[in-house]
Amino acid sequence: MAIVRIPSPLRKYTGGQAKVTIPGATVAEVMTNLAAAHPGIAPRIQNDDGSIKRFINVFVNEDEIRALNGDATTVSDTDEISIIPAMAGGK
Amino acid sequence: MNYVSVIDLLEQAQQLVREISVQQLHRALSGENPPLLVDIRELDEWQQGTIAGAIFIPRGNLEFRIEDEAFDRDTPIALMCAGGVRSIFAAKSLQDMGYTDVVSVAGGFEGWKDAGFPIKVPQTLSAERRARYARHIIMPEVGEAGQLKLLNAKVLLIGAGGLGSPAAIYLAAAGVGTIGLVDFDVVDTSNLQRQIIHRLDAVGTPKVQSAAETIARLNPDVHVIGHQVQLTSQNALDIIQNYDIVLNGSDNFPTRYLVNDACVLLGKPLVDASIFRFDGNVTVYDTAHGSPCYRCRYPDPPPPGEVPSCAEGGVLGVLPGIIGSLQAVEAIKLIVGIGTPLVGRSLQYDALEAEFREFRVRKNPDCPVCGEHPTVTELIDYQEFCGIPHRGTVH
Ligand SMILES: [Zn+2]
Repeated sequence: MAIVRIPSPLRKYTGGQAKVTIPGATVAEVMTNLAAAHPGIAPRIQNDDGSIKRFINVFVNEDEIRALNGDATTVSDTDEISIIPAMAGGK
Repeated sequence: MNYVSVIDLLEQAQQLVREISVQQLHRALSGENPPLLVDIRELDEWQQGTIAGAIFIPRGNLEFRIEDEAFDRDTPIALMCAGGVRSIFAAKSLQDMGYTDVVSVAGGFEGWKDAGFPIKVPQTLSAERRARYARHIIMPEVGEAGQLKLLNAKVLLIGAGGLGSPAAIYLAAAGVGTIGLVDFDVVDTSNLQRQIIHRLDAVGTPKVQSAAETIARLNPDVHVIGHQVQLTSQNALDIIQNYDIVLNGSDNFPTRYLVNDACVLLGKPLVDASIFRFDGNVTVYDTAHGSPCYRCRYPDPPPPGEVPSCAEGGVLGVLPGIIGSLQAVEAIKLIVGIGTPLVGRSLQYDALEAEFREFRVRKNPDCPVCGEHPTVTELIDYQEFCGIPHRGTVH
């Protein structure tokens, strides 16, 4: 289980919640369960094969999962998974 | 009455104070553990010329300000006046404060000059600038030297819009001497909700012109260079190479990759930020000093249309005010050389939750532009890289 931080553009899929608690022992499991619990979110963050889109940074606490063990990174109840999509805006 | 002449007083002080010759000072300054050289003369004397590396604290302020420069009582300090007399009294006073390694330079600055050693005419602030930047100068972290660095600095802003507006205003107010603005747009009514450098009466005029006018009314010290062009692979290096620091406030992925690659190739620090709706993000990339770059963080751009722009998704008007101001802070820190830059870290602001969070940004050794074996060694076609059908321009 882990706490997942939802970026504001995706909160419409979580009933406005900024944080949701999702079961799963790894980032991949949490993401799968997140997608199942909140329909509509999957196509925004995952490719068809379930992998995380490359322009989305996923962090476990302050570390990006590419620096850890990818989506096989294990998580515990107190860990926070943050989904941070690339943003282009500046104007 | 106990009459003590200045001569008597000087002789007493001389008993207690160690003196060094200008030759000894010259050797010490280029040696292993050079002393902190303090020029204790008056402002008008210092302005005529001093020794490179000397800090200026006039005699009258010495006891009040020495701790800002050297709190450690064992710091080696050399005090210099014009002829080597005032510095003896000053050295005695610092010894009374507990400084253990203070010397007075015999012969002073005149002796230094007579011996043929090099002098430097310091750049100083006019009385008007001293008043304008008083709140900076009074802070020892900035001081007159830091303010002069700001006045000599050249900062380029990519975009004179949401992020560029607050950044330009604060950098101009801070006295950044040269501000370049790259923007080919004209001011639109819908910009005014957040682009605070532009005013209602500027609608329809070029943004670089409108921004230059606002800055001119705020601070005439600032020289604004308007680049009313689209930044492209053809002109980016020519434009960016003339600046010390780049602030990214562009609104699309091709320009973000272009600016990143150009900054990596030129070794310029890039204060990057982006905003969308209620979320903002700021980080500093400085690959000339081992930092990761934008491509380390985002190796691939999103497919076109996957990530909406602010025009499509909206943005809270104040949000760029927060994030653009953070960019200005980071730029000022880099210019003055203070604090810990936001390198290798990304600061994420969530306005709805009222939260700042920090994430690590790591260097990718396989990064195509800043990695160990770069494959991008010149600017490429960024529209194509981002999968966007050609319209011939990037912005
Ligand atoms: Zn890189």
